[in-house]
Amino acid sequence: MAASDKDTPAPIVRFDTEPSRYRHWQLTTEGPLARLAMKVDDAAPFRPGYALKLNSYDLGVDIELADAVTRLRFEHPEVRCVVVTSAVPSCFCAGANIYMLGSSSHDFKVNFCKFTNETRLALEEAGDRSGQRYVAALNGVASGGGYELALACHAIYLQDDGSSAVSFPETPLLAVLPGTGGLTRLVDKRKVRRDLADVFSTLAEGVRGKRAKDWGLVDEVFPKSRFDDEVKKRALALAEALPGKEGPGVKLPPVAVERRDEGGKSSAEYRHVSVVVDRHKRVAELTLRGPSDEPAPSPAAFRERGVDNWAFALFRELDAALLDLRFNFPEVGLIVVRTVGDPERVRAHDRALLALAETDWLAREVVLHMARVLKRFELSARSIFATLEPGSCFAGSLFEVALLADRSYMLDAEGGPRIGLSPANFGPLRMANGLTRLETRFLATPARVAALAGETELLDAAGAAERGLVTFTPDDIDWEDDVRIAIEERASLSPDALTGMEANLRFAGPETMETKIFARLSAWQNWIFQRPNATGPRGALTMYGRPERPEFDWRRT
Amino acid sequence: MSAVINSEKIPNNVDLASDRKLGRALEAWQPRFLDWWREMGPEGFQEDLVYLRTAVSVDTDGWAHFDYTKMPDYRWGIFLTDRVSDRRIGFGDLMGEPVWQTVPGEHRNALRRLIVTQGDTEPASVEQQRRLGLVCPSAYDLRNLFQVNVEEGRHLWAMVYLLHAHFGKDGREEAEGLLERRSGNSDKPRILGAFNEPCNHWLSFYMFTYFTDRDGKYQLLALSESGFDPLARTTKFMLTEEAHHMFVGETGVGRILERTCELMRKNPSEDARAEGGIDLPTIQKYVNLWYSVSLDLFGGEISSNAASYFAAGLKGRAHEDRYPDHMALEQSLTLDVPGQGLELVKQDVALRNAMNEVLRGEYVEDSQRGLDRWNKILEKAGQSFRLRLPSTRFHRAGGIYAGHHFDPEGRPVTREEWERRSGEWLPTEADEAFVRSLMQTPIYEPGKMAHWIAPPAKGIKGMPIDFEYVKRQA
Ligand SMILES: [Fe+2]
Ligand SMILES: [Fe+2]
Repeated sequence: MAASDKDTPAPIVRFDTEPSRYRHWQLTTEGPLARLAMKVDDAAPFRPGYALKLNSYDLGVDIELADAVTRLRFEHPEVRCVVVTSAVPSCFCAGANIYMLGSSSHDFKVNFCKFTNETRLALEEAGDRSGQRYVAALNGVASGGGYELALACHAIYLQDDGSSAVSFPETPLLAVLPGTGGLTRLVDKRKVRRDLADVFSTLAEGVRGKRAKDWGLVDEVFPKSRFDDEVKKRALALAEALPGKEGPGVKLPPVAVERRDEGGKSSAEYRHVSVVVDRHKRVAELTLRGPSDEPAPSPAAFRERGVDNWAFALFRELDAALLDLRFNFPEVGLIVVRTVGDPERVRAHDRALLALAETDWLAREVVLHMARVLKRFELSARSIFATLEPGSCFAGSLFEVALLADRSYMLDAEGGPRIGLSPANFGPLRMANGLTRLETRFLATPARVAALAGETELLDAAGAAERGLVTFTPDDIDWEDDVRIAIEERASLSPDALTGMEANLRFAGPETMETKIFARLSAWQNWIFQRPNATGPRGALTMYGRPERPEFDWRRT
Repeated sequence: MSAVINSEKIPNNVDLASDRKLGRALEAWQPRFLDWWREMGPEGFQEDLVYLRTAVSVDTDGWAHFDYTKMPDYRWGIFLTDRVSDRRIGFGDLMGEPVWQTVPGEHRNALRRLIVTQGDTEPASVEQQRRLGLVCPSAYDLRNLFQVNVEEGRHLWAMVYLLHAHFGKDGREEAEGLLERRSGNSDKPRILGAFNEPCNHWLSFYMFTYFTDRDGKYQLLALSESGFDPLARTTKFMLTEEAHHMFVGETGVGRILERTCELMRKNPSEDARAEGGIDLPTIQKYVNLWYSVSLDLFGGEISSNAASYFAAGLKGRAHEDRYPDHMALEQSLTLDVPGQGLELVKQDVALRNAMNEVLRGEYVEDSQRGLDRWNKILEKAGQSFRLRLPSTRFHRAGGIYAGHHFDPEGRPVTREEWERRSGEWLPTEADEAFVRSLMQTPIYEPGKMAHWIAPPAKGIKGMPIDFEYVKRQA
């Protein structure tokens, strides 16, 4: 494995797809129900070198799943229950492909796991917040990531046919951990008794039938002859208990981008977003542009603008840009964010959007989408600096970007930048810890958050500094040097130590299932993945599928 | 441990009397087994007296005990071959270490899975064959069918003994499960595909006992090498019973061939069907069917499970001692693997990962030997037709060839060609209907044979062919 870290050239990863291009999933809808059936084309791995046997997945499979989950929310508001199942006989899903993991570089694996986790959380959120519930119809064996996908669903139904089972073979077979929140969801979400969870997680062949139900691993089991009918009955009942949404949906066209590569710089130019990567300095400059138009004046106009509503468009582009940075620019250690535009206009758009979101499902979906993209941003293992310069528009929803940055620099000068808050900063765009970014920032002094809610005027550097909203406010004499030195210094520190340090500092406050999942992914899962017992020359993951058996270093750490 | 089998409630040579806990567990299972046998065993013959062989000792001549028994009174029991002192693990990473008398925790789940998978095939075949008696071609064949059935029942006992003795509560639950699954029932199917295929006439029965029981032989040979000594000794004993099942299959098909040739001679255009026999091309189709579904039972050509079973000393190769090297490291097997489109590409597979294929290879050779004997019958009768084993790629539902199409020569064909021509290669519904039409009425009268099959060369245990092998009580 160590060798292949270097040997395999990383292919460019693109996330744009749509149902007619899916190779691994079948998406069909029928009234309030959708059926998302996994049928992985084993001859179409994301990169050559392994076959996707037994509905095992890799990034290519999960990109399609993520696309389907997003499209269902926006394009199919009539769907209230999604049945996730398999179109491969006697096999639901075998989880992430082991040979793919074995031949991937560590950073790819981590990014892959992070992305799959984000998708499963989005699927869970669709049930909790968007009135679109997912249920898992396990018509075959669901092992590892296959069962984790089921765990992210609202309900799990297992076919009782003597062979369909749920299992976590990671520990007994591969000496690693389930990587998509499985252990956490087992005890935190499904509240499976910890001793039974312990037995289950060391039993490679898993648990079938009645015992799976008795242990709380699945909600119900049905014999094969009745399985489809019983699942459908329950899916319909779930759908009927949820409020309907007024269609039609909004089609999601591909995110348009123009890319350039010259003189050691790679750039990606979107409509509202641009990214310039300096490969030598390992720094990405991210620019977000504020709205140039007025907010849609009516719900009908909002619907008509659809993906062209400024916030929707910008956050879709930001999402694409972040994924591009994560997967295609692993060596970029620092993202420097700027904004360009009129802060008042940003606040006007925020206010209009949030008012509409009280009654309109599409507006609500756009807000949820913005929240997900902001979380994706702060979950990226890169340092983030915000620089607030003249002509910038760090206000409301865009000020959230300054708040999620590890630090911010605001120019203190005549005619300098001004920031502002909007209702977007006080509730709708919460972090994984369940708090707003302001609440997390002022954990020691919650009263300050309440005071800020009354601030309606824009603030200059001095005002922002006084209220603790920015980190540094250099004047125009110091600005250039201060910012340059900060960037250079940051880019010189150990990337591993920074990743760990930032993750520790970014997510203060309470734990939620979501924070636990990501924290444990970054800490335990990644650590175990690096240990010789898993990926050393005789480690279990290395030896999997090979003729010899693994050897362990028995010392506990 | 003794070669003599006692005559307690559960006949055994494992001194069950001194292990009260195990004795109680098996005594609790016994009535459930008998319920299963009455429900799923041979339909309509439970009260009849059948001339059956019963083991009285595990020595070779302990086998020679024949008597009339009602099937539900058959002495199902637990027999292991005698323990070899200081037996050592003969292959894999633990080569040379003493074999285990108890299950090592590390391998508990894998061993249980191996035993349950093997055990599941035993009752499955009884279920598949349960209606054959009602259309039997002779009392002699009827008796052979029942002999096979009761012995498969005993094989189930053998596996249940291991589960009860070594796998605690899980093992007892698995033993229950072996009685709960049903062949061909989609709600609770048997574990392996071939054991859910219908076997509803005697041509399929003979093919099944020739090809599918032969898979059993090779699985048992591989398991009898196991480092888990009780498994090795149990399966070794089962092999003696399996040999008879394959004898039934080989002689059954042989007798059909003889009769077919006779009928062909009678007919001006050598049309066996017109004479009420089974024509040779149809017989070839059934060879193709049962051989290919039996090949699937060996598992995937490239298998990490097979590698770890071998590495851990759980499952070896058939006749492991005949191989010069027992580590099987740093060697490989070259396989033809489906590539792009219709091409096959060579792939080197580490030998341990190819252990299923190694075992399958032995099976193929062994299958060919009986085929050669069948072809001798054709040759002697002056027929130019020869039976052939299709390619191991043909009609596979598992392993690397599954999902691709090949003709019986192993040439890749398109899906369209497969759909157009598979009726030439595999039995069609019309073939099934025809074969069944020949077997409408049972023949119970001693010595009499159905029209489509020749009598056997000799009777059972020196008895004449017209001996009353089954005394009907109805
Ligand atoms: Fe058997
Ligand atoms: Fe048999």
